[in-house]
Amino acid sequence: MTAVTGLWVRRPAGVRVGWLRTVDHKEIGALYLAMGLGMFAIGGLEALVIRAQLAVPQNGLVDPQTYNAIFTMHGITMLLLSAIPIVVGFMNFLVPLMIGAPDVAFPRLNALSFWLSLLGGLLVYFSFIAGGPPDAGWFAYPPLSDRAFAGRGMDYYVLGLAVNGAGTIIGAINIAATILLLRCPGMSITRLPLFVWMSLVTSLLILGGYPALSGGLVMLLADRLLGAHFFDASAGGDPVLWQHVFWFFGHPEVYIVILPAFGMISEIIPVFSGKPIFGYRFVAGSSVAIGFLSFSVWAHHMFAVGLPDAETVFFSAASFLIAVPTGVKVLNWVATMIGGRLRFTTAMLFAVGFVATFVIGGLTGVSLAVVPLDWQFTDSYYVVAHMHYVLFGGVIFGAFAGTYYWFPKMTGRLLSERLGKVHFSLVFIGFHLTFLPQHWLGLAGMARRMFTYAADTGWGPLNLVSSIGAAIMTAGVLVFLWNIAVSLRSGEIAGDDPWDAWTLEWTTTSPPPPENFATAPVVRSRRPLWDRKHPDQQDPS
Amino acid sequence: MSAARATALTRPPLVGMALFIASESIFFLSIVAAYVALRPGGLVAAKSELDIARTAVFSVFLFASSATMGIAERRASRGWLLLTAGLGAVFLAGQGLEYARLLSSGIGPSTNLFGTTFFTLTGLHGLHVLVGLIAISALFLAARSRPKRVRPVAWEAVAWYWHFVDAVWVVVFSVVYLGTLLG
Repeated sequence: MTAVTGLWVRRPAGVRVGWLRTVDHKEIGALYLAMGLGMFAIGGLEALVIRAQLAVPQNGLVDPQTYNAIFTMHGITMLLLSAIPIVVGFMNFLVPLMIGAPDVAFPRLNALSFWLSLLGGLLVYFSFIAGGPPDAGWFAYPPLSDRAFAGRGMDYYVLGLAVNGAGTIIGAINIAATILLLRCPGMSITRLPLFVWMSLVTSLLILGGYPALSGGLVMLLADRLLGAHFFDASAGGDPVLWQHVFWFFGHPEVYIVILPAFGMISEIIPVFSGKPIFGYRFVAGSSVAIGFLSFSVWAHHMFAVGLPDAETVFFSAASFLIAVPTGVKVLNWVATMIGGRLRFTTAMLFAVGFVATFVIGGLTGVSLAVVPLDWQFTDSYYVVAHMHYVLFGGVIFGAFAGTYYWFPKMTGRLLSERLGKVHFSLVFIGFHLTFLPQHWLGLAGMARRMFTYAADTGWGPLNLVSSIGAAIMTAGVLVFLWNIAVSLRSGEIAGDDPWDAWTLEWTTTSPPPPENFATAPVVRSRRPLWDRKHPDQQDPS
Repeated sequence: MSAARATALTRPPLVGMALFIASESIFFLSIVAAYVALRPGGLVAAKSELDIARTAVFSVFLFASSATMGIAERRASRGWLLLTAGLGAVFLAGQGLEYARLLSSGIGPSTNLFGTTFFTLTGLHGLHVLVGLIAISALFLAARSRPKRVRPVAWEAVAWYWHFVDAVWVVVFSVVYLGTLLG
């Protein structure tokens, strides 16, 4: 506990030094969230160009080269420059508050991580004015990403992701060290809020996955700038090596962004069901299982390469296996709701929407682990539909739920529930309208990344539906942005605990003071605030 | 785990360094894995170009520097720290000489698969040694100008990193140099 008291004493005494110089975890969390939201808007605009181009057959809105660049930037932006800052932003803001700490373990390193992440993102986008954006897809397979086929923009992809990744790695070290070291008295590992559990597992996954990406990027850069031959088959190199290294990072990456969303849902559903989470230990334990398994499923992205049979069987089996701990969580969430006093706030609507949507995405994921099916579906719109069900329906729905739930703690004001319900309805309907038809398009043979298609394929109507869905979703996101803008200025004052919740962040003011808590809290159960409100019925945990 | 080590793991800089070392291990693992995967294509060149005995001698300097670092850390001794940096610098000089010899005989990263994998793996390790030397220099300067303000944990953290860089070389030397002795 000396570390904690040390931090209490050494903190600069509440002087506002401006956003550029801040080392406060709450402000850095907000910076991360702002970056994530900004990048989400940019990636969303890119998605709209894609949907506009594909709305009708033989469309000529953009030329094929531009189309390649746009879907590449859409993928990089959404996965690495938006989803990651969003989840890291929530972790930054919430973890110290939830464990009763005054800040993260290394506040200055925390600022460094954010600025490195942002610089990396800007470097990737700098490619637009320095040789043209990368156009080899977000996973940049050689030989498409070799210097024979990709211009200067690919170098900015490599440099940008390396710098961004360094920031993410440093941030993960910080979050993990904070959880390991700065828990307030009584906050044992079995009393950690589930969001903190997920943050710990996510941080460790970042430390296991991102360095492999850095290694791959170094090799790709050596090939491109030094004329090395790592991925150059003509000189004995192996393009499949890149795929192995990339997906060794790339699959844990999926869990890196989804686990914090799981964590947010695991906080929100119990509060709005009026019950503690069903099977706390199973939710926490299954995340650890997911963490381990996520490093043994990467080659299911590569079945079509023609791996040796033994590898194919192993990665297929492991991919089936990882569905089990994920399914456990869905049961926990549903069982928490059963028999509860449900309050359908916007946060809860997004949480329930998350569970429903994620189950569909999870099931199509299992179908892709069946190797013969994968051979048929790989690189088709079926895969596009699957990954958007888990990434948008999972991560982004989770982030929306988290925003409605914690915005009052961050700003002191509630988001409008009326606008929130409009937001939810438009996004939920728009989402399924956009991505559900893509399953059938994929089964009918429409390949991902194709720039246009002939009218006699019969794909026109479903594509039009999909594009209309994207427009509806966009309207929903605009309502969300409007809600934030309005509520920041004139939203209802939230008070400390607007949701009748029970984790530590709701015991302090909204927004919390620079030192978070006037005195270091002491907890005796998993629901410290519940104990305070109901001294007669102590939480049994 | 000794009691001293157990308490070490409650101090933030050491926990941070341990997590950083863990992530660095994965980084090197990816490059070493690539080296091993592409090794068959570069083996003939590796056998003819690498001088195991010479590099083994320079490796001894690096391994010895881990021992001197241990003494420097325990005694908070600037003299031993300087010796550590000197030994590390000799190792880097040895690597520089080897690079110069290979490059002058026309072997670079773009020449063949051996050049590609050799220069990338040993180069990345050399960069880490360089970072270690910078960290040691910073510690040395801080300990000289304001000895009271340099906490023991700073010595320990720098030492952990240095031992890690050393341990990576054990793997790299085995895979790259001793590996040429295998078929």
